[in-house]
Amino acid sequence: MKYSYYPGCTLKNKAQDLDVYARRAAVALGFELEEIPEWQCCGGVYPMGSDEIATKLSSVRALNYAKEQGQDLITLCSACHHVLKRVNDDMKNVADISDRANNYMGLDEPYKGETTVVHFLEVLRDRIGFDEIAKKVVNPLTGKKIGAYYGCLVLRPGKILEFDDPEDPKIMEDFIRALGAEPVIYPYRNECCGAYSSLKEGGVSQERTKLIFDSSEGFGADMLITACPLCMYNLNKSEADSKIPVYYFTELLAEALGVKEGNS
Amino acid sequence: MTKQEIEKKVELIKEISGCDPYKCMKCGKCSGSCPAFNEMDVKPHQFASYIVNGDIESLVSSKSLWKCLTCLACIERCPRSVQPGKLIDAARQLVERERGGDYLHAEDIPELLDDDVPQQLLVSAYRRYRR
Repeated sequence: MKYSYYPGCTLKNKAQDLDVYARRAAVALGFELEEIPEWQCCGGVYPMGSDEIATKLSSVRALNYAKEQGQDLITLCSACHHVLKRVNDDMKNVADISDRANNYMGLDEPYKGETTVVHFLEVLRDRIGFDEIAKKVVNPLTGKKIGAYYGCLVLRPGKILEFDDPEDPKIMEDFIRALGAEPVIYPYRNECCGAYSSLKEGGVSQERTKLIFDSSEGFGADMLITACPLCMYNLNKSEADSKIPVYYFTELLAEALGVKEGNS
Repeated sequence: MTKQEIEKKVELIKEISGCDPYKCMKCGKCSGSCPAFNEMDVKPHQFASYIVNGDIESLVSSKSLWKCLTCLACIERCPRSVQPGKLIDAARQLVERERGGDYLHAEDIPELLDDDVPQQLLVSAYRRYRR
């Protein structure tokens, strides 16, 4: 199956690992990521104001492109996923936003939220299946105790993202099990890392990441996985004594599938 | 601020946020969930009453506008759908939509960078800290 792939700005630069390992894993699992040409930055934070239209247009363009290809749109970055899924929901269900965006865009056929937006992890769970992935694992991560760090943007608001239960998610734990490792469930896995405050006010993200590491390490994790480049950055900058290594989930997937070293 | 100006701003906050502050029952779930609670001078469970009582001046000059991390925990957990995160976002936008309301200036950015700063951090900060 072919997907219209929206990598987003960070995966082209500071989060290349998130992208490269996903591409290799997709090949191994039999689906294709076809990058959307001339995609534009999603803006990182969903514009919440009911009258904010211009800042949603970059997402609408990508969504409409996928519609024209007759493909579902796949994302990896938590922020891109969040913004695209919510703008898609607006285009489908919020007439005022949809009408105004369409009036501006002037497309031959108005975009009404027809595209399905899926996160890479959702494809693994819902379309490939974790059982199938487990069968394709050649280097099981046996003995590793891995904490899933969800953060905020893939989970909330749960009613719109429909990614998993926002208060008690399990998709990443099931993913970890499929790779042969043991998931460690800890209380701070869906708590904020400090987000963009780290640019101006590093104290908050230091405090937050310490809580996350104290919690995950305290519950026995040797490492964390994430899908978010900003979480990755804030966690990596943490000065917590309890700090453990953090990986993009795609890196562990590629490792388990035996495609970590590749040409793509 | 005159009475008319206050009323106009209250209406604007309701319109931009799409939320009804009168529905708040002050259960405190938002403040209990907020990762920036300690940083905020006006706390999430108080946003609605500042609007209901017309104390817009205090709300728009509060530090809380810039302390919210958009983690959406209060939005997810609000049992009355008041969604304090949307109210404070609307108050922030009132400020940013006026000249000189930005919290981040382009010329300040070079000294805030390190080699690892992801693009996501910059675009997110730009979206939340300036118009």
